[in-house]
Amino acid sequence: MKSTSGNAGGAQKKKMHGYVGFSNYPNQIHRRSVKNGFNFTLMVVGESGIGKSTLINTLFDSKIFSDREELPPNADPIKGVDITSMSADIQENGVKLRLTVVDTPGFGDSINNEDAWQPILENIESRFDAYLAQENRVNRSKISDNRIDAVIYFVKPTGHCLRAIDIEFMKRLHTKVNLVPIVAKADTLTAKELEQFKTKLLADINYHGIQIFKPVSDEFDDAETVADNRSILSKIPFAVIGSEKFVERPDGTSVRGRSYPWGIIEVESEEHNDFMKLRQMLLRTHMEELKDSTDIVLYENYRTQKLLSMGHVQDNGVFREYNPVVQIEEDRRAHEAKMNKMEGEMTAVFQQKVQEKESKLKQSEEELYARHKEMKTVLEKQRSELDEKKRRAEATVRPTTPMEQQTTKGKKKNIFSGF
Amino acid sequence: MSAPANDVQDYVGFDTITQQMERKFLKRGFNLNVILVGESGMGKSTLVIRKTTEIAPVTQMLEENGVRVKLTIVDTPGFGDQCNNEGCWVPVIKYIKDQHAAYLERELKPNRERIIVDTRVHACLYFLNPGSRGLRPLDVEVLKRLTEVTNVIPVIAKSDSMTIEERTAFKRHIKEELAFHRIMLFPYASDDDADDDRVLNASIRELIPFAVVGSEEVIEVEGKLIRGRRHGWGVINIFDETHSDFVHLRNFMLRTHLSDLIEVTSQRHYEQFRTSQLRQIKELRAQQAAAAASGGAPPAQPQVPLSVMQHQPMTQV
Repeated sequence: MKSTSGNAGGAQKKKMHGYVGFSNYPNQIHRRSVKNGFNFTLMVVGESGIGKSTLINTLFDSKIFSDREELPPNADPIKGVDITSMSADIQENGVKLRLTVVDTPGFGDSINNEDAWQPILENIESRFDAYLAQENRVNRSKISDNRIDAVIYFVKPTGHCLRAIDIEFMKRLHTKVNLVPIVAKADTLTAKELEQFKTKLLADINYHGIQIFKPVSDEFDDAETVADNRSILSKIPFAVIGSEKFVERPDGTSVRGRSYPWGIIEVESEEHNDFMKLRQMLLRTHMEELKDSTDIVLYENYRTQKLLSMGHVQDNGVFREYNPVVQIEEDRRAHEAKMNKMEGEMTAVFQQKVQEKESKLKQSEEELYARHKEMKTVLEKQRSELDEKKRRAEATVRPTTPMEQQTTKGKKKNIFSGF
Repeated sequence: MSAPANDVQDYVGFDTITQQMERKFLKRGFNLNVILVGESGMGKSTLVIRKTTEIAPVTQMLEENGVRVKLTIVDTPGFGDQCNNEGCWVPVIKYIKDQHAAYLERELKPNRERIIVDTRVHACLYFLNPGSRGLRPLDVEVLKRLTEVTNVIPVIAKSDSMTIEERTAFKRHIKEELAFHRIMLFPYASDDDADDDRVLNASIRELIPFAVVGSEEVIEVEGKLIRGRRHGWGVINIFDETHSDFVHLRNFMLRTHLSDLIEVTSQRHYEQFRTSQLRQIKELRAQQAAAAASGGAPPAQPQVPLSVMQHQPMTQV
């Protein structure tokens, strides 16, 4: 950013001597956004029964998803993958959040799950398309943003490695959404098994080049944030359990958890599982970053790809400032120039044609004249010939005297009458 | 049974026949072949503490009180692990039928061994996915086919992820679905079961599917060494009845119903297989005879080998 205040190079850093007050700007933004409210769209993907609804209800401490209904055995299983979404307006400390959770029942439940990712990808892209269409509208005052901010992918706690369906799904979607893989039903594995499993998962993810969402610290973060980010990063992928029920500990306190004959696992204990870390990252610290990443990186990539594929060429001319008056002038001038050009062309053509015609006429005139001359000479010749003949003829007939001429008239009878 | 049974007045001594049979078994020993069917990571290998990479049997000799059991476990790695699992049950069914076929071949030989080594699959432990709503479409397909060729015992592995209520609800749901799809599980009800057998079978059926937890580790709890799993919130003892049904499963398979498993395999599944095979051989022979009679060319092989026969049932799979 070059400063226009007469400095030779970049902007100078000036030290403030008194309090001006522009540091209050973030607070103003804060107040404004609190007034407007936020929205956050999550998608949960995983096979049936793996704990998606329970986790969401636990994360937001609200019954977003109601209890699964008991289907009778003769109910048809879901064919393919359904996409359903639930919205809830929740409020905390005056901050309103419009939370939308998109569920994907049927994923991974059929015998053939080869294309299970397809309907999900189509759904994500259609949300991008909807936003793109709104952006291109003339009146953009009301844009509703229902793009997916994060996909929580539930990995089955097999303890071995990523399954084929996991790899396929993540490879297809990691460039379109923020992927947050978690190990579901973490109470299946012991601490040691979990560690080995997480290492194996990360190795698989790296091997296949899958990008998952990770908190990164930059130079503006303070030491506490950096430490927080590092501790979150160390637990990825999170191994979580969820519970909508409260159970009683031996000492009488009531906690959110699951009760087994051999003990109680507490949802909010960091020693038992990574639920707190997941909630921290998703809601408390990195929600804005997830939304930003969706808007700036993922959406823009999608938009670029889509527009280029539709045949749009990058035209840098559109980046000049648009001034309507100037535009009209320019248009008019362009139009006039065009008109002139056309006129010139037509005149030239006309001239050419006229010349042609003239030359042709001249040619025929000359021809006529030539012929006329010729004929005249011929006539002249004939006349002169005739004149000659006449003189000759007159010359032979001339012996008569003038008296004879007179008496000829009268004598005509005498001379010749005597015969 | 027309002749009335009289109680003998003097002691003759034929009641020792049971002991004589026992001695025979002691000398001979048992063969027990079990196949484990389930996806990777379900806990199959841990449950039997051996690992394989293909459908290949692993054998162990166990001895208890002079009774020798040759236990053969067959694992099915890769089952149901792909994106597209159509037909993933075919190698499993083929393996089971191959064992029947091998036994049949040996039985049909003119000079057959006195005691044919029995590699037929006596029991199939089918591992269900904990947490699913009930039976998955894949489960239904595979169970229908498996129950036609062997004794199937459904098992919920890694059941330490379910609380007791969840477990009960899941079992109930599974039982409903199994009944709906008419999948016949071992033990089969039969009319000439004695009363106490019926009670025992009923109690077994209550427990099905068995919710088990496996462990390769021995851990110390309060000074005692137990086989179990240690979590941050508690220790699971796999032999504790309140923690898992492992003990019940083991008793069921090894203590009470071992001979049933072998017998039912032999009498029901094997006989079914044998009947269908022999019928096919007869048909094929008739066809060949007809071809020979009409065509004049003699058939290539008068005795159709069983390996050819085996492939025909595959179309029914």
